[in-house]
Amino acid sequence: MSQLSSTTDTTPPEIVDEVRQKLAASIRATLGDAVLDVFIKPGDDIWVRVSNESWKVAVQKLRDALGFEYFCFLSAIDWMPSPYGRGEDDPTEPPPERDTTIRSGYAGGETRMQVFIRLVSFASRIGVTVKVDVADEMPSIASIADVFGGANWHERETHEMFGIDFVGHPDLRNIYLPVDFEGHPLRKDFPLLARMVKPWPGIVDVEPLPGGDVGEEEASA
Amino acid sequence: MTLTSDRLGDRQKLSYIAGQAADARLNLELETEGMTLNIGPQHPATHGTLRIVARLDGEQVVWAEPSCGYMHRGYEKLTEVRTYPQVTTLVNRIDWLGSFANEVPFILAAEKLMGVEAPPRAQWIRTILFELSRIANVSLFLGDLGVQLGAITPVFLAFRDREYVLNLIESATGGRFHPNFDRIGGLKDDLPAGFIDETKAVMKKLRNFCDEIERLLFGNEIFQSRTRGIGIIPRGIALQYGLSGPNLRASGVDWDLRRDQDIAMAWNKVNFKVWTHPDGDSFARCWIRLQETREATLIVDQLLEGLPSGPVMAKVPKIIKVPEGEAWVSTENPLGEMGYYVVSRGDLGPFRVKIRSASFNNISITPWLLRGVYVPDIITILASLYFILGDIDR
Repeated sequence: MSQLSSTTDTTPPEIVDEVRQKLAASIRATLGDAVLDVFIKPGDDIWVRVSNESWKVAVQKLRDALGFEYFCFLSAIDWMPSPYGRGEDDPTEPPPERDTTIRSGYAGGETRMQVFIRLVSFASRIGVTVKVDVADEMPSIASIADVFGGANWHERETHEMFGIDFVGHPDLRNIYLPVDFEGHPLRKDFPLLARMVKPWPGIVDVEPLPGGDVGEEEASA
Repeated sequence: MTLTSDRLGDRQKLSYIAGQAADARLNLELETEGMTLNIGPQHPATHGTLRIVARLDGEQVVWAEPSCGYMHRGYEKLTEVRTYPQVTTLVNRIDWLGSFANEVPFILAAEKLMGVEAPPRAQWIRTILFELSRIANVSLFLGDLGVQLGAITPVFLAFRDREYVLNLIESATGGRFHPNFDRIGGLKDDLPAGFIDETKAVMKKLRNFCDEIERLLFGNEIFQSRTRGIGIIPRGIALQYGLSGPNLRASGVDWDLRRDQDIAMAWNKVNFKVWTHPDGDSFARCWIRLQETREATLIVDQLLEGLPSGPVMAKVPKIIKVPEGEAWVSTENPLGEMGYYVVSRGDLGPFRVKIRSASFNNISITPWLLRGVYVPDIITILASLYFILGDIDR
C-alpha cells in the first residue's frame, strides 16, 4: 500500500478534494518533520502518519494549532495476517501454510503494529485519522492521556488488547481482562480458542439459496 | 422557560463550586476515616453490570472508578472471523436498546468501501427505523430516570409507550430487540402494509408521552433539586473526553452528526432542531434527551410524508467481497457517536474492525466527574450520563 500513499499521485483527476488538500498542507506546515506520510481519499477522509518520537507533540499541535479539539477514539491495529486464517480450519488436520507478510494500510507504515487515533475539528467539520508506528519488540509509545483526558481508558484498553506500553500513562491497569490473563487478545497471533476446540458450524451449515446459483441478486421492487 | 440563559448556568456553576469548596474545608476540620463503598454490579442505576468502587470520606466521594468488563464479549476479535453480513448479528447486541442504529454505521462503512449506495427508499426507511430505535431507547431512559431518583410512575408510562414503538419495529423487521434488518446495499424487505398510518398514530402517542414526562418529572421540584447543578461537565472537558450525543450537547456544544456530516441517510432531507443546553449538569442532559425524543417523532413524521418509492435493495453480488481499503463511518446513535473503523483486505470478512461506542467514552469521564460529589449524586450522575453496559464493554 505504501506506493499509494503520496498526496498527489493517487487523486483521480476528476475529483480533487481541495479542503483536505489544504488541510494536508497546513498539517505538514505545522507538524514539520513529524509527518511521515499523508494520504487523502477525496471526499472521504484524510490519514496522517507521524513519527513515534513526535507523537505527543504532534497530537498536542493538532489540538491547539489546528483546532482538532474533539477526541473520538484511540486504538491499534496489527497488520500481520492471522496465522490461523479465519478460524475455519479442521482441527484434526495439520494447519495449512499461510502468508503472513505484513502489509500496512493507508499512509504506510514500517512496523507490524500501529496505534491510531481519530480527532475531529468542529469548526471545519473534518476528522483526521493519525497513525503512528510502534516497534515490533517491546512496542511503546508516549501516552497522550494528559492531552486528551479521554485517551486514558482507550490507552488502557489498547495496552491490554495489544500489549503496547504507553509511557507516562497514570494508571495502566487492565479494564476488561483479569489481572492474571496471559497474552494480548487482539493481536493476530492470539488464537480464537472457541474456533480451535470446535470447528465453526457455519462452514458446513450452508443452505442453498432459493433461485439457484445466479451470481447477482435481483433488486426487489 | 429560562433554561437557555447563559447567566443562570454560570451562576449555578459558581454556587456549586463555592459549595464544594466550603464542604471540603469542613471535611478537613472534621476529618473522618475513609471507607470504600462498592456500588453494583447489580444496582438499578448500573443498567446491567457496571460496578463502581468509591472511596468515601463521610458522605463525599474522594475517588471513584467504574470497573467494567463484566460483559466484554470480544466483538472486535469476533468480527475478524465472520463475513460482512454476519457482523450485523454481532453489532446488534452492542447497544441492545437501540439495536437497529448499531447496524447502520457498519453497513455504511462496508458500502463505502464497496462503492455501493443504497437506493433512496432504503435510505429513508433506514432513517425511519434509526429514529424509531432512538425513541425506543431514550423513552426507556426517561422512565428509568424516575426510578433511579425515587419516582415510580414514569417507568410505567415509559414501558407502556415504548411497547408501541417496539411493535412497529417488530412489524417491519421481525425482531423486537435485534432486528438484523440492514443489508449491504439496502434492506432485507420493504415496509409492511399499514406501517405508515400506524407509525403516525404511535408518534402522536409518543409526543403525548413526552409532554406527560415533562409535566410529571421535569417540572417536579424534587427532581430539579436532585439534578440541577449536579455533575457539571464544562465544554472543554466534554470535548477532550470525547463525550458525544446528548451529553456533549448538554455542555453547550452544538454538534450533531445527523446534521453535521454528509452521509447516505435521509436526515438532510428533513428539518429538525438540534437541542443544546448551556448548563452541562445532570438536568441539562436529561432535558436534552427529552427534547430529542420529541424531535425524533417529528423527524419520523416528516420522513413518512416524503417516503420515496422504488426498490429497497441495490444490485450487489450474492457473495459479498469488500475491496481493500479503510473506512470510518459514525452516526449519531441514541447514546452518542457510534462508529466503525473497518479495515478490509479484499476478503469475505473484515481484517480489523474498531468499534467506537458512545458509552465507553461517556463513562470514562466518571472518575473525573464523581470526585467530590455526595453518594446520592453518584446515582443521579450515572443516570444522567446514560450508558448501556453492552455499549461500554462491546
